Amino acid sequence: LAAYRTDEGQPWVLPVVKKVEQMIANDNSLNHEYLPILGLPEFRANASRIALGDDSPAIKENRIGSVQSLGGTGALRIGAEFLRRWYNGNNNTATPVYISAPSWENHNSVFVDAGFKDIRTYHYWDAAKRGLDLQGLLDDMKKAPEFSIFILHACAHNPTGTDPTPDQWKQIAAVMKQRFLFPFFDSAYQGFASGSLDKDAWAVRYFVSEGFELFCAQSFSKNFGLYNERVGNLTVVGKDADNVQRVLSQMEKIVRTTWSNPPSQGARIVAITLSSPQLFAEWKDNVKTMADRVLLMRSELRSRLESLGTPGTWNHITEQIGMFSFTGLNPKQVEYMIKEKHIYLMASGRINMCGLTTKNLDYVAKSIHEAVTKIQ
Amino acid sequence: SSWWSHVEMGPPDPILGVTEAFKRDTNSKKMNLGVGAYRDDNGKPYVLNCVRKAEAMIASNKMDKEYLPIAGLADFTRASAELALGENSEAFKSGRYVTVQGISGTGSLRIGANFLQRFFKSSRDVYLPKPSWGNHTPIFRDAGLQLQAYRYYEPKTCSLDFSGAMDDISKIPEKSIILLHACAHNPTGVDPRQEQWKEIAALVKKRNLLVYFDMAYQGFASGDINRDAWAVRYFIEQGINLVLSQSYAKNMGLYGERAGAFTVICSDAEEAKRVESQLKILIRPMYSNPPLNGARIASIILNTPDLRKEWLTEVKGMADRIISMRTQLVSNLKKEGSSHNWQHITDQIGMFCFTGLKPEQVERLIKEFSIYMTKDGRISVAGVTSGNVGYLAHAIHQVTK
Repeated sequence: LAAYRTDEGQPWVLPVVKKVEQMIANDNSLNHEYLPILGLPEFRANASRIALGDDSPAIKENRIGSVQSLGGTGALRIGAEFLRRWYNGNNNTATPVYISAPSWENHNSVFVDAGFKDIRTYHYWDAAKRGLDLQGLLDDMKKAPEFSIFILHACAHNPTGTDPTPDQWKQIAAVMKQRFLFPFFDSAYQGFASGSLDKDAWAVRYFVSEGFELFCAQSFSKNFGLYNERVGNLTVVGKDADNVQRVLSQMEKIVRTTWSNPPSQGARIVAITLSSPQLFAEWKDNVKTMADRVLLMRSELRSRLESLGTPGTWNHITEQIGMFSFTGLNPKQVEYMIKEKHIYLMASGRINMCGLTTKNLDYVAKSIHEAVTKIQ
Repeated sequence: SSWWSHVEMGPPDPILGVTEAFKRDTNSKKMNLGVGAYRDDNGKPYVLNCVRKAEAMIASNKMDKEYLPIAGLADFTRASAELALGENSEAFKSGRYVTVQGISGTGSLRIGANFLQRFFKSSRDVYLPKPSWGNHTPIFRDAGLQLQAYRYYEPKTCSLDFSGAMDDISKIPEKSIILLHACAHNPTGVDPRQEQWKEIAALVKKRNLLVYFDMAYQGFASGDINRDAWAVRYFIEQGINLVLSQSYAKNMGLYGERAGAFTVICSDAEEAKRVESQLKILIRPMYSNPPLNGARIASIILNTPDLRKEWLTEVKGMADRIISMRTQLVSNLKKEGSSHNWQHITDQIGMFCFTGLKPEQVERLIKEFSIYMTKDGRISVAGVTSGNVGYLAHAIHQVTK
């Protein structure tokens, strides 16, 4: 599983998390009582605020809801279960669900296990140009049956690292509005991608400003480094408070038969951090540290490849964003990397940028150079 | 217009309603007997000392936050299996079991329900005792199974309708799934005696039923973890390859940390490996991997001899307080001059007690005495203290004399 690593190749517990955990450990007034079914109220409100922005019209108009979930996966699952029961009719398992080609492989299983029968892909990655196949994507949306559900990566697309530009997002939103397509955002890397919470949430917020009703599954695994505490949130944006209230009441029923109520430790850490201006600032700083290291590794890798004169273009390494990069290496080249150079990539050519360090950059760059020049 | 215009408002939670009404009540003598969590003799939540010690160890060890495996923390799942099955259990020692970490009792039940829906093709029917925990039905239903019932509670005597249960179980179609509460039946507090368990085991074996045990109160019921697990262990010894869900919410007070486990007893270790692989395939699209905190606390307690000993003492302390409140309630009722037979209050075991009170009597308790419970007359004995047991007895006597 993908997790951030320091320049020494070690896991990193965020300093602000250590601080807050110590606060929690020292607070004898805290106990282990059940959280409400929908989760810790301070967590839910703060988590959604992070995604939508302090000045979100949806928050001002009190038409948002939040469900604390077991990681981003849990948020996706609750959202999927709700959609299967209540979207586009009652228990309409035939509603098409579109997942990007490629995508995180668990997306498919989440929607299958939630009961959807018609899972499709939409064009996303253009291997030839090593970038977004916008035309293919828009065509798929134009051809999709009305009311289809589209799983959109809010930022730092997994596994390609390739995100639409703001302009491209605008085009996507226009088509989705026209075709009555439902946007279900997966936001697993807010802050972690560009280093800016606001920048990484731009797409979600744009859709909200365009009047969409949407879901956004948030994960705090990467941006808080809280992987094993399973901290996630499903943000629901609706037309008005009444609709959102009814939606949440039904989500509560789904939660009750899945995990009853969510785990308290991780939510407490996030809630305390987000509600204190000082801790919030520290957190943003920690997040920027992680994002900056990844951005540095990208630029260093690219410049080495260009210095070596490695055949091909390598600007995609710095144009892509987030934890992963689709290098463009073909399966044979990947095999070479693994077998001969002991560098582990996915068969797709996906590399985890967090695995790069100042110590191994030269070796990795040289190995890619060898793979590309020796193997066609 | 909204996508959600047709979405109905979900029904209000009945127990929540009780708590809400309790909160609004300004009577200083008010009692909340709907609470499903342990309270100490001052009516306060109780964080176990062994839990605090385990937490201190965790804080000082500065561990990382890397993802757990899908099946959970291995030290926890192994210790959980050993706790349920017993260290001398042949099934445990031979490794012919798989235990995966689950999100407390509910999550573990749900994993099991999903697993049975996918792999137990002999039947879609789950037989629950009448009554059972309210959440059992929607859990199994959402997993895609159907619910049936077998007689269990006899309201006339507030005890086990053993002949009714045996009669109904004998008629359950072969290879159906039967759910049994391992101890401290929720909501009635009525458990079979060991001789009765033996007969139930023989019968389910004869009917070739898939046995699903829900053990949410091991140690918390009698104060003795081995005694509370007796039925589960006996069934396994009789060759019944059951499935089991465990919760550490009550017996370790880890409610909000969601520590639990789901176990499948298999023919052999090789089968257990195959079952485990399928459980992982079910878990990954639900929440990827489980939360660490509660499991780590439980694991440290179970695996550290001193802490384990301390835990056993503390869980006995909780059970003893509950038992003591039952005893005091009955003696206070006698002192009030009640002529009714209240023996069921001390015969029953665990957190909950089916008092036998009728809805009208419950209504009076709420309105006239500010004593809150669910309409079925169920009280949480955890909400009773030495300070309020007299008041409770007085009130019950007033509405039943």
